[in-house]
Amino acid sequence: MTDAPLPAPRASARTEPAPLLAGRIVEFVRLVRANHFRVGVQESLDAVNVAACVNMADQRQLRWGLRSLLCSDPADWRNFDRLFDRYWQRPNAAAVEVTVSGSIDRAESGARAAPDRPTPPSEANEGEDPRQDALRVGASRRDAITRSDFRLAQLNQDTHALEQWIEQLARRMRKRLLRRHQIRSAGSRIHLRRTVRRSLSHGGLPLELLFHERRRELPRLVLITDVSRSMNVYSYFFLRFARGIIDAFRDTDAFVFHTRLVPVTDTLRERDAHRLKEKLAWIAAGWGGGTRIGESLQAFNREHARRLVDSRTCVFIVSDGYDTGEPALLGEEVRRLRRRARRVVWLNPLLGRDDYAPTAGGMQAALPHLDLFAPAHNLESLMKIEHLLARW
Amino acid sequence: MRVFADTDELVNRLEHAGYITEQGLAVSLMLMSQLQRPLLVEGDAGVGKTEIAKALAAAYECELIRLQCYEGLDVNAAVYEWNYQRQLLAIKLQETEKSSLAEKERHVFSEGYLLQRPLLQAISRPQPPVLLIDEVDRADEEFEAYLLEVLSDYQISIPELGTIKATSIPHVVLTSNGTRELSDALRRRCLYFYLDYPSYDKELRIVLARVPQIEERLAGQIVAFVQKLRGEDLQKRPGTAETLDWAAALVKMRIRSLDTNPDFLAQTLVCLLKTREDRAAMPPSVTARLLAQSV
Repeated sequence: MTDAPLPAPRASARTEPAPLLAGRIVEFVRLVRANHFRVGVQESLDAVNVAACVNMADQRQLRWGLRSLLCSDPADWRNFDRLFDRYWQRPNAAAVEVTVSGSIDRAESGARAAPDRPTPPSEANEGEDPRQDALRVGASRRDAITRSDFRLAQLNQDTHALEQWIEQLARRMRKRLLRRHQIRSAGSRIHLRRTVRRSLSHGGLPLELLFHERRRELPRLVLITDVSRSMNVYSYFFLRFARGIIDAFRDTDAFVFHTRLVPVTDTLRERDAHRLKEKLAWIAAGWGGGTRIGESLQAFNREHARRLVDSRTCVFIVSDGYDTGEPALLGEEVRRLRRRARRVVWLNPLLGRDDYAPTAGGMQAALPHLDLFAPAHNLESLMKIEHLLARW
Repeated sequence: MRVFADTDELVNRLEHAGYITEQGLAVSLMLMSQLQRPLLVEGDAGVGKTEIAKALAAAYECELIRLQCYEGLDVNAAVYEWNYQRQLLAIKLQETEKSSLAEKERHVFSEGYLLQRPLLQAISRPQPPVLLIDEVDRADEEFEAYLLEVLSDYQISIPELGTIKATSIPHVVLTSNGTRELSDALRRRCLYFYLDYPSYDKELRIVLARVPQIEERLAGQIVAFVQKLRGEDLQKRPGTAETLDWAAALVKMRIRSLDTNPDFLAQTLVCLLKTREDRAAMPPSVTARLLAQSV
C-alpha cells in the first residue's frame, strides 16, 4: 500500500487504508480486547494507522505491527499469534460475517461446560463488554475464597485464583506500607541548624544545604516455613506467599525446614512461571522422617541469624508446631531468636480450626517467647499480617 | 537524523551499527516514530534490550540519552534540579543592587540556574534524540506515574518557570526485567516487544558480527553449546552478552575448536555461569555431554 518514506508522524496526508480493511482491523482490536488485552479507543485508531505505516504487500508486517501495538506483557505476546491467525486466516475470511461475541478462550471453555462456571457467554451480548461479566463473577467468588481454608482449596479449582491473590497480596502490602511511609515523610526539609553550622566556613553563606534525612523504614522479613508431611496441604500456599513477599520487599529471606533447614530465597526468585510451579510443588511435597523445629531453628540461629536478623527484622515461623524433637530446645531457640529480632510471629494454620488447642509440647515451650501467635489458614488471616507490619 | 523508507533499510542500518535483528523488531521501531509512542522492551537479562536503544541512536545518527532507574529515583535526579549553590551566590551578589525583590527572584529562577536531567534534556533538544529509560521496573510507582505523564504530553512543568514544551519528540525506549509489575496505564501507552533468546542462526550471526576474528566453525560450536546450556535448569541463563564474552575469551586464548581441550574449556565457563549454584549444577560430566552434542 505504501512504500513511500513517511517522515511526518500522524500526518493526515498518509494513504488511508480502505474502509473495509479499517473495519476489519477495528474488529480485530475488539477481539483481542475480549481476550483481556489492555487496549482502548486510542489503540483502535492507532491500529488503523499501523496498516497505513507498514508495507501491506508483506502480510507479516501487519502482524508484527499490530503485535507491537496491542500486546502489553509476555502473556499477550504468546497469545497474539494464535488470535491473529484465527481472525485473519479463517477459511473464506472475506465472506464470513465476523461477530466479536467473546473471547476465543471463553468460547472454548464454555463449550467444555465446566460445572462451576456461570452462564456461558451468549452470542448476543455484542454490545456489552464480556469482561464486565467476568469481573463480577470474580468478585463474588473472591469473597468466598478469602474465607475458605487453604486445605479445602485444593479440592476444587480455586487453587489457581488463590495462588494469584496470595502473590498479589504481598504486592499490595508493600504499596500500602510505602504509602504510609511516604505520607509520614513527605518532602525533605532543610536541616536549619546543621546548614547554619556548615555556613560558618563560607563566611556565613549557606552554600551547602543539609536536609533532614529520610529513613527507610520498610521492615526486613524472614520467613521460615515448615514443609514437613503434616503441613503439606498448606506449605504450597505459604511458599507462594513467601514468593510474593520476596518479590515485593527487598530485604527478605525465606527458609523451609523439615528435619533440617534449607534456604529457598533464590529458588523462589525463579521468573519462569512453569518452572517455579514445579520447584514449589517439589519443595512443598514434604519429606518423611518427622519435623525437627528446634534443631532447624538452632541451625538458623547459628548460621543465618547474625547476617539476617537485626532490630528491624520480623521473623515469621509458619508451622503447625508438631515437633518430633526436644520441646526444651525449641523453647530455647525461639527465645534466642526473640532477643535478636524485632518481632517473632508464629503463624499456625491449625489455629483456624475450632477444635484445635496448642497443646503439643513444642508449641507450649515456644509460646511464652512469641510476640504473636496467629492463625494462618486462609487469605483473610494472611491479610491481617499487613496490619502487623504497619505497626512499626 | 535519518528517515527510513522501509524496514529493510532500518534492519540494514541497525546491522551496520552492530545490532543483528529481525524484521519484527524493525517494524516496532518504525511504528515508534510513526505513532509517537514509546517502546517497552521486556525479556531476560542479557538478551540485548539496552543495545536496541544504542543501535537505534546509531541508525538515526542522533544522540542517546540514558536514564537508569533505581529504587528511590526522584524528580531531582530524573527531570531537573535547581542549582542551589549558584542561586545562593547570585542572591549574595545581588544584595547591593537596587532591583526589586520580584526581579531578583525572577533572575535566580531563570533557566541559567536550572540543571537539566535526562528527561528534560531529552525533550529540549533541537534534534530528536533516543531516550533510553533503563530498567523502569526498578523505579517506584510514583515515579512511573510521573513518567507516564511526561510520555503522554511531552511537556514538563516546573513550578517556578512554567511549562516547558518539547522542542522535539524523542524516540523513547523503556526496558524492564520484571522486578515489579508495571502499571496497566504505562503498558497500554507503550508499544511492546518481547525479546527472547536468539535462535541459533541469529545468535551465530551476532557472534560473527561482534567477534570479527572468530572462525565460523568455532562460532557455530560456541552458539550450539550456549543454546544447549540454556535448556538446563540454571538460576541465571546465559544471555547473548555472555556468549560474546565467551567467544572473545576463546579467541584470545587461541582455541580453534571446542573439543580439543575439554578440561581447560571447563575453566572458561566462568564467562557463562555467573553464580556458585550454577557452577555446581554443571559438573564436568554434564558439560562434557553438552560439548559432545554441540561439536
